[in-house]
Amino acid sequence: MSGPSTYNPQSGLEKWIDQRLPLPRLMHDTMRTFPTPRNLNIWYTFGGILTFCLGVQIITGIVLAMHYVSNAGLAFDSVEAIMRDVNYGWLIRFIHANGASMFFLAVYIHMFRGLYYGSYKAPRELIWIIGVLIYLLMMATAFFGYVLPWGQMSFWGATVITNLFSAIPVVGSHIATWLWGDFAVGDATLNRFFSLHYLLPFIIAGVVGLQIWALHVPGNNNQLGIDVKSPQDTVPFHPYYTVKDAFYLCLFVLFFAFFVFYAPDFFGNPDNYEQANPLVTPPDIVPEWYLLPFYAMLRSIPNKLMGVIVMGGAIVTLFFLPWLDTSRVRSCRFRPLMKQFFWAFAVACVLLGYCGAQSVDAAVAGIPLLWVARLATLYYFVFFWILMPIIGLIETPKKLPASIAQSVLGDSAAAAAE
Amino acid sequence: MDGTRRDFLYVASGAMAAVGAAAAAWPFVDQMNPSAAALALSTVEVDLAPVAVGQQIVVKWRGHPLFVRRRTPAEIDAAKKVDVASLPDPLARNANKPDSAPATDADRVIKPEWLVLIGVCTHLGCTPTGFEGEYGGWLCHCHGSEYDTAGRIRKGPAPENLAVPPYAFLSDTRVKVG
Repeated sequence: MSGPSTYNPQSGLEKWIDQRLPLPRLMHDTMRTFPTPRNLNIWYTFGGILTFCLGVQIITGIVLAMHYVSNAGLAFDSVEAIMRDVNYGWLIRFIHANGASMFFLAVYIHMFRGLYYGSYKAPRELIWIIGVLIYLLMMATAFFGYVLPWGQMSFWGATVITNLFSAIPVVGSHIATWLWGDFAVGDATLNRFFSLHYLLPFIIAGVVGLQIWALHVPGNNNQLGIDVKSPQDTVPFHPYYTVKDAFYLCLFVLFFAFFVFYAPDFFGNPDNYEQANPLVTPPDIVPEWYLLPFYAMLRSIPNKLMGVIVMGGAIVTLFFLPWLDTSRVRSCRFRPLMKQFFWAFAVACVLLGYCGAQSVDAAVAGIPLLWVARLATLYYFVFFWILMPIIGLIETPKKLPASIAQSVLGDSAAAAAE
Repeated sequence: MDGTRRDFLYVASGAMAAVGAAAAAWPFVDQMNPSAAALALSTVEVDLAPVAVGQQIVVKWRGHPLFVRRRTPAEIDAAKKVDVASLPDPLARNANKPDSAPATDADRVIKPEWLVLIGVCTHLGCTPTGFEGEYGGWLCHCHGSEYDTAGRIRKGPAPENLAVPPYAFLSDTRVKVG
């Protein structure tokens, strides 16, 4: 779809710029005339929403950094000062804190959408892989950010996550010490985490640029998972999708604002309003909700090294997804068998998240959650490594529509548009 | 002739650049490691007189909690009866004994009544809670590791026994750790 440019500079100034730095041409071709499938549904608006989330986190973060002190003795108090003394500090911090949750909510919807409609399949493998990379960077950034308020959960979350590296044989404990800059999580750790927390969002922004670049080579997938075959299948990105994205972004911001104004601590943990104490671990330490499924995997394995490998493997698996799916059909709409296993996978992820939030020896209706988490972990890997390759080979897909235009407009209108 | 001279220059400058890049990178890697100030081995002296039999106190040492527990005779007996071969980690992990020392109760302590441990779960670094769990030693609430009354791992994901720091008795009621 990255065909010949349709930019036609009018004024002398536009022509002058175009011959020297064709940035207006780039913007015109990628954000105005870019041919986009005419059928994209609501789930395709999350790319724009995610870009918005990144922008919000960067702007609020830069402001917070003007008031925050990255010193183990002062950090907790400086966050409280932001909440009480800085003009509108409470608002900016609650936008930033809830913004992280909104960011992850949107990214999970975005990823499950890609999974359901087969957006990772050829020729879009690299778009998916770059996306997983962004997801990893987001998790690192969120982890560093969560440490900064220097509450109990900040401190013990940092301790547990950095200790994951100590599972590596021989060099593990040296890596942990290297990460800490001390014998335990402390002032040195807090300072470097602040530095990295400030850096990573800009790296994410760069990688997002790469992903949009890669997206603009084959163009958008769509919920039918069929290729664009003629100009009738597309509409220009502007105004059709700029308006659609903006509309759903407004709804998303309403949802976001509800939490900021009416339930600002909904996603938070009360233990983090207590200053970090290296001598006392809170009775139940839980990570932020968006990391719970991986945390449940870690806890369900009764061996330190294996637990870390399984948890890391769950994310590494995503990089191989484009080659694990053997089906020639992209969208689950036309994959009756895959559709069922997809929803089972979604349920397994939610179950893992639920188990991760409960204490390690909890049980529901006599069923120990440890075993629920074990089964869900098993399903996670079986889904990707066994079911996906096999289903693609044995499944009989439903008949695909002839074209996007035909499925949207009906046979006669599509014929008339030809 | 020219070809070989060019190859030599190419390989030599490439090798030089690689060595230079590695040498320049090292300070940026090593700055992350603990500074001399953090490395300076700190010591702490603990007064044992106020600790009653069956009680545990927690002291801070090198940023970590330190458990000092005055064990009851029943706890000592329970720890002694365990067959070392049946333990998940058969090594003493005691800085005051050779690395190969077995995890017998005698090799976990200096005086049987006093158990001195670094209070860091060997799984992922949480602080275990004393007098809890099936074995009456410590239970780590983070991921369910259980330690016995000699601080040895018995159940759960932790791979090693709780570490014993280097320490010495200055008198009957005073111990110096570090």
